[in-house]
Amino acid sequence: MSNYDVVIVGGGHGGAQAAIGLRQEKFEGTIAIVGDEPELPYERPPLSKEYFSGEKTFERILVRPEKFWEEREITMLLGQRVTAVDPSAHQLTLADGTTIGYGKLIWAAGGDPRPLSCEGFDLAGVHSVRTRAHVDQMMRELDGVEQVVVIGGGYIGLEAAAVLTKFDKKVTLLEALPRVLARVAGEPLSRFYEAEHRAHGVDVRLGAAVTALEGENGKVTGVRLVDGSILPAQMVIVGIGIIPAVAPLLEAGAKGANGVEVDTLCRTSLPDVYAIGDCALHANRYAEGAEIRLESVQNANDQAKVVARGIMGTEEAYDAVPWFWSNQYDLRLQTVGLSAGFDQVVLRGDPATRAFTVVYLRKGSVIALDCVNTVKDYVQGKALVVAGAQVDPALLADASVPLKELRPA
Amino acid sequence: MAKLLVTTREGEEKELEATSGYNVMEAIRDGGVDELLALCGGCCSCATCHVYVDPAFADLLPAMSEDENDLLDSSEHRQDNSRLSCQIVITEDIDGLRVTIAPED
Repeated sequence: MSNYDVVIVGGGHGGAQAAIGLRQEKFEGTIAIVGDEPELPYERPPLSKEYFSGEKTFERILVRPEKFWEEREITMLLGQRVTAVDPSAHQLTLADGTTIGYGKLIWAAGGDPRPLSCEGFDLAGVHSVRTRAHVDQMMRELDGVEQVVVIGGGYIGLEAAAVLTKFDKKVTLLEALPRVLARVAGEPLSRFYEAEHRAHGVDVRLGAAVTALEGENGKVTGVRLVDGSILPAQMVIVGIGIIPAVAPLLEAGAKGANGVEVDTLCRTSLPDVYAIGDCALHANRYAEGAEIRLESVQNANDQAKVVARGIMGTEEAYDAVPWFWSNQYDLRLQTVGLSAGFDQVVLRGDPATRAFTVVYLRKGSVIALDCVNTVKDYVQGKALVVAGAQVDPALLADASVPLKELRPA
Repeated sequence: MAKLLVTTREGEEKELEATSGYNVMEAIRDGGVDELLALCGGCCSCATCHVYVDPAFADLLPAMSEDENDLLDSSEHRQDNSRLSCQIVITEDIDGLRVTIAPED
């Protein structure tokens, strides 16, 4: 049985950054990353943007070049999935039966795309956008495709739709709720993106319920809606969220359900087992202390840093302000804070100019901003979110007043 | 290809070979200097690839966009010669470019 001082499960942003961070903190023990994909760690956001569109090659989205991992003596155990954790023996079991011992375990396994629950979910031509393999397969099939149906009006679905219009595909986007981005943004942002996608030729259908995927010879041919109509499609992209990949930890007794619970130092309830990134259920002060999972590069990276420093003996609680970005067409969206739980929305600037900010407040305090082509507001608004500043909504709505002038003294 | 001279936060100067068409952030990352977070991957959405550029090269660099300028304002360590390294594309014209990695914010 091989044995490492630190084993990191998951070779995404969080896992890679945990290893990088440990070496930066001068950790001298052995480190291994167990990843279920065959690739070295790469950036996931470009999968629905620059990589999918062909603007960037795979080499350019690698987190680090291959020689980096060798030089830093970080062992890569790729194409391997962990099936069991034995916390008392400090041991992992892989799908092929191999066992690996660990001193500390950092669980950064992320999640698997949530599949559709209807008939036809597994037909050929039905895709998720989570891994390089997913996107490469889509790119291989794209030539023979005229009509694409995107299921899910979240960021992944919207970004994929934006790229597909560049390829001159006929794109229909189905969202089950009455507006796109319904779970993550306020109405002004939803309506703006809905209109942008329509202006680019995407057939956006809201309140759309899919009952089945139709197929012939094992390949998708269309999407059946609840009214019985069928949208012809040679490709279907499903972006309806992820299921956190935590089963082996929960089976080993770790607390959690939708994710694995961690404390402010990203420690699970199992000894010497940490969890970070998309799968880590943590109390977040930007969510009024509610336990949430955050699916973002920021969260993965900052939690990785907390764990790397924690293992080296510097215990600093995770307290980072959430931020996120999404690029669609020529629109640069940047968000800071978490808008869930807002009780007031202030629109700053005119969406018709394609540069505006949506400010979210709760009990008079600024809790989040969605900034569309307004980088200045994003940069200056962060301090308002961090401070939970109480600001007169009329001032926030006046785009001629820089946000930095509204910071509390 | 172009030569790139990078001074790390610890004050060490390293000479890297940079591929034309890539940007300076990528050249630094691929050259084994492990100090830039570059969290957004080079799409000008954060400010974690901040460098100081040798003023002798100022006129040879692409002009700064308003977005880059605004993002640099988020750094407490901004100077007159600050740039986001992901926004400087490597060309032979900037062969020998000297940059210094800015302190982490």
